[in-house]
Amino acid sequence: MEQVMANGVYLGSQYAMIALGLTLIFALMNVLNFAHGQMYVIGGFVTYTFYGQWGVPFVLALFMSCMTLAIIGALIERYLFAPVIKGSAREESTMLLAAGIAFLLDALILLIFGEKQRGVPKIVDGVFNWDFRLIMPYDRILICVLAILSIVAFIALMQYSKTGRALRALAQDRTAAQLMGVNVDRYSMIGFALGAMLAGLVGGLLVTITGVNLGMGGPTSIKAFMMVMIGGAGVISGAIWGGFILGFMEAFGLAYLSQYGDITYLLIFVSLMIFLAIRPQGLMGKPWG
Amino acid sequence: MQRRSLMKAAATAATLAVFGATTAAAENPVLKIGFVGVTSGPAAAWGISNQRSMEARAAWINETGGYTIGDTTYDIEIVSFDDQKDPKRAIAGMEKMAQEGIHYVVGPNVDDGAAAVRPVAEANDIMYFPYAFPKELYSAPASNAVLGMIANYQSGPAIYKHLMENEGVKTVAFIAANESDPLSQRESGVAAAKELGLEVVSDNVTYQVDTTDFTPVLTPILRARPDLLVLSGVSPANAPQLIRSARELGFQGMISTETAQDAGVLAEGAGDLANGFISVGGASTPELASPMMNEFVERYTAMFGEYNDESNTKVYALEYILETLKATPGAIEDVAAFQASMDDFSAPNPYMNGDEQLTYVGMTSFGQKRQIAVPLVVNVYQNGAFETMFIARVD
Repeated sequence: MEQVMANGVYLGSQYAMIALGLTLIFALMNVLNFAHGQMYVIGGFVTYTFYGQWGVPFVLALFMSCMTLAIIGALIERYLFAPVIKGSAREESTMLLAAGIAFLLDALILLIFGEKQRGVPKIVDGVFNWDFRLIMPYDRILICVLAILSIVAFIALMQYSKTGRALRALAQDRTAAQLMGVNVDRYSMIGFALGAMLAGLVGGLLVTITGVNLGMGGPTSIKAFMMVMIGGAGVISGAIWGGFILGFMEAFGLAYLSQYGDITYLLIFVSLMIFLAIRPQGLMGKPWG
Repeated sequence: MQRRSLMKAAATAATLAVFGATTAAAENPVLKIGFVGVTSGPAAAWGISNQRSMEARAAWINETGGYTIGDTTYDIEIVSFDDQKDPKRAIAGMEKMAQEGIHYVVGPNVDDGAAAVRPVAEANDIMYFPYAFPKELYSAPASNAVLGMIANYQSGPAIYKHLMENEGVKTVAFIAANESDPLSQRESGVAAAKELGLEVVSDNVTYQVDTTDFTPVLTPILRARPDLLVLSGVSPANAPQLIRSARELGFQGMISTETAQDAGVLAEGAGDLANGFISVGGASTPELASPMMNEFVERYTAMFGEYNDESNTKVYALEYILETLKATPGAIEDVAAFQASMDDFSAPNPYMNGDEQLTYVGMTSFGQKRQIAVPLVVNVYQNGAFETMFIARVD
């Protein structure tokens, strides 16, 4: 049980971080960013290039990953999403655009970084072993702590900074925020860049454990959507809850159901369907959206 | 007016340049060889090594004047189609090959794709060379598919037997991804292990293809404390993570797979934790590799920046097709002639030292010669590189 709980916390913290960026972008712009997983993959590859290939210190490589994704996110918002949102009232337009960006990023990743699985040297060696009841490599513990600290820092930023207040105002009511003097265009771009930066941050952190490859983007996006649906689309606390719930469900399923074959995700999806039928707005979402 | 003249001149120059390039490239007639396989998504590494091997070899042939079959020297053109590991797209790819009049196709890379294209290939007189293991594709009445590699039911028993005799392995556990190829390989692996007298202590744990953290998946298996952990059909992307998680969880036994892996990927993803990992290798160890194989590796690396270890197996399919056509020139348009020639076909193997021959095999596994003969090389990973564990042959 100790091992299962530890796995749940570890998986939950990384999943929550993945979901945070996605839900932030959804809250600000009502855009389902299908390319979020690909942004995560780019984050992993940037850290791989700087830390794994060029020997740059890990922290600096992580910073480069965040900056790269923030710039990519800002450019995507300014030159792709913003014009489409202004020119089309239909939500399908942004969804199709997001899907197109996902394919484009996949192609670019293949061209720039190749098709192979990539990994980086461990940032911390050794394994914590409590009498074989709880085994956890130190690098996982470190990444878990960093992920939780990042989540706390993000919440603090959203809660107490001027930017955070503007972003929250934008998410609550775009028109009202504009009337109150919030520069909507500017903060939309900042919000999208921040969401993309979170994808870059988690990609950079997790490449030290899971490695990275071209094909990880799509499945990562799907998991992120599941977490957002569980917690409530567009709600920051919902994304965190969704991440930890999915992490614990996965850890329990793999520990106790594996002898029945690979039914963990089957049960997770069935549970999600039933849950959404009862509470379509998710745990923390409002009934009206 | 001036601008229009300038544009006209530019258009004329561009047309002439394109025409000139086409004429230069079209000195020899072109022989098209197809490739239908996965070159995107998580399994992209498998298909890309196929496609790039073919493109590197074709470029080499064309650069050195073309390939002579009968009285004609051809330039080789590789026509590729990414099936995205989707059987429906694999069928579309094979139909595209048929529309282009192509009779020889390499791929698909996975079981369901290879099975899906069979009716299209047979209806359109296409010989295809899958990297997939279902025996019914290669056994009569099927006749158009030729297995392009060593199957797991050929390599698995050889590996287990070797480990039983030399390492005292008595118990084994299997883990596979939850999709058709790895599951099928797990089933045949379990059957082979039982037949050899190994005790199978775990054979039902699977993982999602997109899993990135294997610690929770492996925990229940490792409680069974097997001597050998078999990663059935594991992809190069998943292998390092599985090995790393198993070792970090304290597993001291042996780990093996029947799929080919990439030493660089293992080094980056698992480092020294991968030492001792056993896998089926490419077809060319340093001792086996001829100067031509070494030149192939150099050319591939120059073209694509980085070599893929699997490609020394995947260079063979194109070579077999061309050499068989050279031996039977009429087979360029007549697949029946190609099939008729397979039983007696033999040509020097340019990629191996010594007097090795290119021949078709498969009598034991399929009852007919529907497999290309590449050596069964079993490798063990040690400190960033593969060392040859043993070499065997398949009939």
